[in-house]
Amino acid sequence: MTWNLLVTQALNGLQFGVVLFLLAAGLTLVLGVMNFVNLAHGSLYMLGAYIAAAAYARSDSFIVAGVAAVLGTLLIGVVVERTTLRTFYARGHLDQVLATFGLILFFNEAVRIIWGASPVYMRPPDAFSGTIDLLGFTYPSYRILVIVVGLMMAGGLYLLIHHTRVGMLIRAGATNAQMVSVLGVNILLVNTLLFGLGAAMAGLSGLMAGPIFSVQPGMGDNVLIAVIVVIVIGGIGSVRGAFYGALIVGVVDTVGRIYLPLLLRQVAERTVADAAGPALASMLIYLFMAVVLAVRPQGLFPARR
Amino acid sequence: MGNTLRLLGLALGIGFAVSAPAQQPIKIGLLVSLSSSLGALGQDMHDAFMLVVERNKGRLGGVPVQILVEDDQLKPEVATQIVDKLIEKEKVPIITGITGSNIMMAIHKKVVDKQVFLIGSNAGPSPILGPQCSPYYFHTATENGQRAEAIGQYAADQGYKRVYAMGPNFQAGTDTVAGFKRYYKQKLLDEVYTPLSQLDFQAELAQLVAAKPDAVYIFYPGSWGVQFVRQWKQAGLSGKIPLLSTSTVDGINLPALQDAAIGVGDGSFWAPDFNNPASKQFVEEFEKKYNRIPSQYAAAAYDSAQLLDSAIAKVKGNVADKKAFMAALKAADFRSVRGPFKFNNNNFAIQDFYRLEVIKDSKGRYNLKTVTKVMTAAQDAYHTQCPMK
Repeated sequence: MTWNLLVTQALNGLQFGVVLFLLAAGLTLVLGVMNFVNLAHGSLYMLGAYIAAAAYARSDSFIVAGVAAVLGTLLIGVVVERTTLRTFYARGHLDQVLATFGLILFFNEAVRIIWGASPVYMRPPDAFSGTIDLLGFTYPSYRILVIVVGLMMAGGLYLLIHHTRVGMLIRAGATNAQMVSVLGVNILLVNTLLFGLGAAMAGLSGLMAGPIFSVQPGMGDNVLIAVIVVIVIGGIGSVRGAFYGALIVGVVDTVGRIYLPLLLRQVAERTVADAAGPALASMLIYLFMAVVLAVRPQGLFPARR
Repeated sequence: MGNTLRLLGLALGIGFAVSAPAQQPIKIGLLVSLSSSLGALGQDMHDAFMLVVERNKGRLGGVPVQILVEDDQLKPEVATQIVDKLIEKEKVPIITGITGSNIMMAIHKKVVDKQVFLIGSNAGPSPILGPQCSPYYFHTATENGQRAEAIGQYAADQGYKRVYAMGPNFQAGTDTVAGFKRYYKQKLLDEVYTPLSQLDFQAELAQLVAAKPDAVYIFYPGSWGVQFVRQWKQAGLSGKIPLLSTSTVDGINLPALQDAAIGVGDGSFWAPDFNNPASKQFVEEFEKKYNRIPSQYAAAAYDSAQLLDSAIAKVKGNVADKKAFMAALKAADFRSVRGPFKFNNNNFAIQDFYRLEVIKDSKGRYNLKTVTKVMTAAQDAYHTQCPMK
């Protein structure tokens, strides 16, 4: 096992992590600040990918695809929040889960009707279709782009939440929504903004994931489960927690997937290891979550109150 | 749904006009994966099957048929529910299709135990060829691993010493690698199986490069293949390491893969350039109707419809006479697109296998070209374990 290989796998984990972060940030804010369980967040990711793929195929420009995906999901997010989800804010979590689960089914079928059941493919932009040299080994340049965009978004979100007035209101709303609204702030408007922001980030995540995964109905469902693991590990409502949680889950999943089967081969028969290794590796992030819940139920990086 | 209704109307109308006692249409369940990573395969199977039905104006064997199209989403639990519905509620005598081996493993026993005829046209997991073979099961594609045998032979001939194999972690993945090994006859450098939900292979590719193989063999049908081959190219590996495959580059994937697939080797029982009348008619009609090149999945499904057409005609639509219908299917009295075709003792085909390669065809499209015939009248490796004669 060489040093280069380990660095490559760490980069792969980082790249998966930032895609997860873009999704987790929106979900954790909505859950932490608005106390609202939004299972349809994965659908926004899927819609972002579809809109991006459609815009990219028409315009042949990745930038246009990006703008379309972000604005499109922002718009869909705001419309869904205004028309449907707002009525569920005062209701219990079970009602919210049922309503947003219904939205998942609705959006999955909607894309099936519009784009068909077969996957849609999206290629990376031409400038990022090759590899670049990183001190003695090569790495696909599109993946570097994903990492850079993800880290920039993380930095931007940090500035927004900790150094702007809107961010202050978001933080205040998280602590005591009623008090903020008594002080004359339109908390419903803040909620809509927050939901739209989360939706736009999910759309961006879908755009970045499009060329790596294929764009197909239900693509958001699997990733949503990983994202929920991320926010539980990181601490619900904490963007910082979502960031570190996403990186941890990304690296644990990638490194576990590669090295756990190899490790098992040392102790078990080859055929047993080949069968059990991948199964165990796919359980790894859930095992990790179980340990975190047992030791620190509030998450590793809970929101500061 | 609209299609089914239209067909039903058509079938009923014609049925009424022709046969004196108004004949009920024969219900046939067409169970394929229309969504999921194998969605494109299922679509090709569906389209090719319907090509025969529509050409015959809603009839097979001269008898009106009602095709019930179902999408199993590559989820065994969804497929078993659909099969229950088809058998118990719709009372279908025939089910056909089946895209994924995990689906076949989940429903095979259930269907044949109920004495419902199952005509598989893609998934051929090894257990159903051997001890679990059934007189109610017929297959118009191949055992999963057989396509890979041709490529394994080729790899051995090329003198590759360090071969690395990859595939999805289910019956078809392990079956194909087993098929490859049967004829490659040497120890593989490594074999890696990835979860069915996985579409990003970057981490596995990094391990693969570090192992420094002479050649790589993969089995990644549908969108797995598109993602794998593209990521292979993005990682700068195309042209550096020979990429051998089965079921990975074909009419389904090539439009998305384009030049990323040039030079990739493949093995199969059929290719679009086959020079026999049945194949030419099939390719021409399929391309005209659907405006794309048919895949081997389409070819096998087309043959399954032709097989049903011939067998239903032999029993004059009386599929309730199970003994007679069984014999009629076994006769395989149709012109297969692959040329010679007959059923072995386990009701899988005895057929030839070819090595194929991706090229740009005369119309400037990316297509598969037949390079050589690798095996003649090949039988699958499991037929001796089947107790049927």
